[in-house]
Order: sequence, then C-alpha cells, then structure tokens
Amino acid sequence: MDDINAPTRRKLFETIGKAGGMVALYQAMTSLGHAAETQFNGPPKLSGARKGSTVVVLGAGLAGMLAAYELTKAGYKVRILEFQGRPGGRNYTLRGGDSHTEIDGTTQKVEFSQGNYLNPGPWRIPHHHRTLLHYCKQLGVQLEPFIQLNHNAYVHNTDAFAGKPVRYKAVATDFKGHISELLAKSLQQNALDEKVTTEDKERLIEAMRGWGVLDKDLSYKSSLKVSGQRGYDQPPGAGLGGVPTPSNITTLHDVLDSKVWNTMSFYFSYVMQTTMFQPVGGIDMIGKGFAREVGHLITYNAKVSKIGQNAKGVTITYEDALTGAVSQAKADYCVCTIPLSVLSQLEVQVSDEKAAAIKAVPYSGQVKIGLEFKRRFWEEDESIYGGHSFTNQPISLVSYPNFNFFQKGPAVLLGAFASGANAYPLAGMTPEQRIEAALAQGEAIHPQYRKEYMNGTSVAWSRVPWSLGCCAQWNDESRKEHYQNMVSMDGRIVLAGEHASYYGCWMEGAMLSSIDAITRLHKRALEA
Amino acid sequence: MIAGRQTGFGLALVALGVLGISGPSIADAPGAGGTMVEKPVTGEQIYRQICQACHLADGKGGAGAGKFPALANNPRMAVAAYPISVVTRGKGAMPWFSNMLNPVQVAAVVGYVRINFGNNYPAPVTEADVKQFGAPPPKPEE
Repeated sequence: MDDINAPTRRKLFETIGKAGGMVALYQAMTSLGHAAETQFNGPPKLSGARKGSTVVVLGAGLAGMLAAYELTKAGYKVRILEFQGRPGGRNYTLRGGDSHTEIDGTTQKVEFSQGNYLNPGPWRIPHHHRTLLHYCKQLGVQLEPFIQLNHNAYVHNTDAFAGKPVRYKAVATDFKGHISELLAKSLQQNALDEKVTTEDKERLIEAMRGWGVLDKDLSYKSSLKVSGQRGYDQPPGAGLGGVPTPSNITTLHDVLDSKVWNTMSFYFSYVMQTTMFQPVGGIDMIGKGFAREVGHLITYNAKVSKIGQNAKGVTITYEDALTGAVSQAKADYCVCTIPLSVLSQLEVQVSDEKAAAIKAVPYSGQVKIGLEFKRRFWEEDESIYGGHSFTNQPISLVSYPNFNFFQKGPAVLLGAFASGANAYPLAGMTPEQRIEAALAQGEAIHPQYRKEYMNGTSVAWSRVPWSLGCCAQWNDESRKEHYQNMVSMDGRIVLAGEHASYYGCWMEGAMLSSIDAITRLHKRALEA
Repeated sequence: MIAGRQTGFGLALVALGVLGISGPSIADAPGAGGTMVEKPVTGEQIYRQICQACHLADGKGGAGAGKFPALANNPRMAVAAYPISVVTRGKGAMPWFSNMLNPVQVAAVVGYVRINFGNNYPAPVTEADVKQFGAPPPKPEE
C-alpha cells in the first residue's frame, strides 16, 4: 500500500462500481475487508404488538432471554419457563461455593478461591460476533481481552522432542523457515517454472528469504537474526555480558513430528482470530446482564413436559421441580429454546416435518476441567500470560487465565478442553479420575503441577442434567433435510437457539437465531 | 451408491484413532485435539471409553430434563440389529459412532451390552451383522 501511484480505495471502488454495478462493488468491498462481518444488522426493531398479545418463552438461556427482552420492548406480555434455578443456560460459570451435579447424582463442590472461576461452556468472543458484543454493551457487561495467540505458550506432542514441550514461537519459526528454504531452493533450481512466471519467481524467492529468515544461500540456519523470531539462548542484555547468543534451530523432521501446523492453522480460523474478548468475572455475566432486564419474567424449576397448540394459542404443561405441582401456561405464541437433546423427548404438537427435525440432530459432549494452583507458576516461572498450550494428549490444551496477571495467590487454569473421541473417556470417569487424568497429562507440559495443585472441578457435558449434551451436531445430510423445517414457524411455535443456526456452538448463533425467530413471530402476529 | 456406502464404511476403519475433532470446523473447539486415546478393542473397553459417558458405568442411564435410556435389563437388546443401528446412526441426542468405531468394534460393544447389565442374549454379534444393519458415518459439515 505504500505505492504512491496506487489509487485510493475510494477511487478504486468508484471505478469498480461504474464498471460492474453494485454487485461487483459489494464483492470488491468484501474482498478488501469492508463488509459482511456478520449477519447482524442491529437489534430487531419490533414495535406495535397487538394489545394484550402474549408469548411464553421456554428456556432462560441467551436465546430465550434475548427473545423476552426484545418482545417485551415490542409490547408483548412475556413469561419465561426455566428448568434450572438460575438464568443463563449454557452461559455458565462455576465459582467457589457453587456445586455441579451430574445425571447420576454425582455432585462436585467447587473449591476455587475468591475471584477464580471456570467457564464450562462458552468462554471467548470473536471480535466479529457483533450481536453478542451489541448486547454486552447494551446490558453493561464489561469485556476484557481474551488472550488467544500466545507465542510464548507451548506446543507439546508426545512423539516430538522426546515428549518435551517447545515454545510456539520457536517451533513455528522453524516450520516457516524450513518450508521457505524448500520452496525458495525449488524455485531457484527451476523446479516450479511451469507454475510461476519469471517475475513472480524472483519475487517469491525474495518473499521466502524475508518471511522464512533465510540466509544469502537461501538456507534456514541458526543465527541471531533467526533468534530474533524464535528466541535466543541468551537474549540481548546490557553492560559487559550484554552480547546475545543465538538459539539452535530444530530439524525439519522434528518440526514435522510436533505437528505445529495444527496450532498455526488454528489461529487462522475465522472464529479464532484475534481480537477475542471475555466478560470480566466470568462468562455468565452476560446471562446475568439479561436477567437484570427480564429476570422478573422467569419461573424457575419449571420442567416442561408438553408443548401444545391449537388455533387459539399455546398451552405449556410443566411441573414445579421442587413441589411436584403440575401447572399450565397459556399464551398466544411460544418461543422454544429448549435444547433438542431434551426437546426430542417431550410431547410437542408440531408438524411431522418439524418433529422429525427435532429428533434428527445429536449433541456433542465436550469436557472441561478447571484446576486451581497455589501460584501462577506459568507466569512466574515460564512467562506465559494467557493463551493456550496445545498437546496431542486427550486434554488437548492447557489454557491460562486472561486476567489478574502477576497476582499473588491461587489461580485457576483450564486443564482440559476435550471434544469428540477425547471427551467420552473423560466424561465416563468419576470427577476424581478426571482430575488425576488432567494432572498426569498436564505435568508433561508443566512439571510444577503436582507440587502446586490445590483442587479442581470438571464439567462433562454428556452428563449435564439440564442440557444432556453440549452443542447440536449437524451434518451435510441432516442440514439439507431438516434445517428449514427446524427454523420454520409451526403454527404458533418457533424454535430458537444455537441448534437453529449455521453458527452452532457459539453464543452468537443462539442470539442470531433468536432475533430471526422473534422477528418472524412478530410479523406473523401482526398479520394474524 | 451401495458400493460407495460400503467404501465409506471401510474408510472409517482407516481413520480410527485420529478423529479427535467432531462437528464443523467453525464450532468453538479445542483445536487439533488429542490423538492419544488408547484404541479400545474389547467390548468392555469400548463401553468404558465411550458408552458410559452417558449410559453410566452400570448401564442404567441417567436423567435430568430428559433421559439417557438404560441399557440394563433392556428387552430392545434382544435383536442385535437395533443396537447396531443406534450405535452407527445415532438416535435423538445420541450421535452416530460409525466415525469412531469400525464394524468389528461395534460388534464387540453391542455383543458386550447384550450379555451384561442384566441382559442375556448370548448369540454372538459379528462384523457382518454390523455391515448389514449398520451405516457408515454421514458427511460432516465443512
């Protein structure tokens, strides 16, 4: 962009707009990063509900509370039925004094110190999740950076470097350097002449030399210059002993063993790119923010058994989990945010197509384990401040707290975030066995683990009684066959939640789904 | 088409043990994840590593807002085709496991459940049964 003859962006857009019309202009803007960040176009502007219109919302998670919040503003009389005794749903944080009970009755008492917490479900917010960011701002939920990419965290692979963790910056630099050398030398030896023009060949060699930190012979070798990226044996100092000494690069073979490309490509992922955020104090600050607005509408401990509808309205049958009393809630319309894992087991009066959709989507079963240690040894001993170390063991990663840096005293890190085939074995263990597994695997990265360990809490989503799983798992076939039936308004009932979106397993998906659902509900109600 | 499906099931065999990730790549996931899960062989090992996460160690299932059905004392285990179908295709909240388990493993775990937890259906379950009554994994979303 420092070419002084380059047209300004505006001039460029004008030219494209004239030449190709608005579609071409939009495409050009998108490719230059100006548009299409999200499908969020601002909060729904619903108003003028018919006098006395009522809506019952099932589930006080983010989708449900957003629906209640916006529909109330539009003039509807809203009530929410919630299975649990708290708002938020999977927007959930565990702190010292809390307890967590699994489907078999196993209960863990959380022993974390004041201020420490585990976010068992959602925990990080991409900068382009503008729906969520909008409501955080609106509800006064304070956000802080979620340290995603940390060059000083570790890459650990039991089959690489004799099982020792290596710093991301070192092994990523080596991966880049070795690949650059191979490509640059292949180009120089004319091996790729059929693929690139002479001009591009020269430019590409220069690019590899610079990007890969290659020497004059296009070789990737240990040097102070390379150490300027991967780190030094002795970093630059001052005075008599100030001279830096370079570190030794690792071999291509060892770098490949580490599979560091997994980590590198993880950070390229659209939903994992920096900047990311987290609420100060725990992810459930978002649910609590909504509850400040709509908490008075919630009936807690309400276990829904039947969702009925006819031409006049909806009737929800539910049981008070504390007293066993069975009641009915009636309304004109229903926004149902109950996870499909549960909803598929209820009696729901909808079309055969929607009933089939509700039964067609299974749920994942992630496991997270929070470990509290006496001190922040990862900061004090290893200069790791937030972010993640990745491992090929089932715990998959160790993730460090992104707040209260340098603080003395106990801190909680995420000692496991397992999914798929890694999660089921952990979920099947007792809480004590899970902690032992997290310690045994984690100490391969941090030998301080056993000495500094205080207590731990695990959440296996396969065993969470109120959700019976973590996230909806669509596949190509089910999406084609059932998605439209899932999201369609069926008489007086519409579903919302992450399962009714293409943004599954993210709070953003739940909220986008809710906005879409209530916008259609409102339109239908006005047309009726 | 039938030949293609059979090939698909064969591929699941090859992919075993490296499937740490499930769900679309856009989900909030731990990254590449682990690859160290010990490959279970016997029916009991498979049950402990996978099934008991939801159906619990004693096969009695669990309950909350809904239920995970009990496998214990379950007359639906009488005909092996039923559990084979559920394990490979999924049912309701339960995912398909044909992306994690090959037909031999599916046969082993179905056979295990059929003679444990109060069930008494000793007729062996074979790889051929799984290929006949099971299904290859669906194509994941990109």
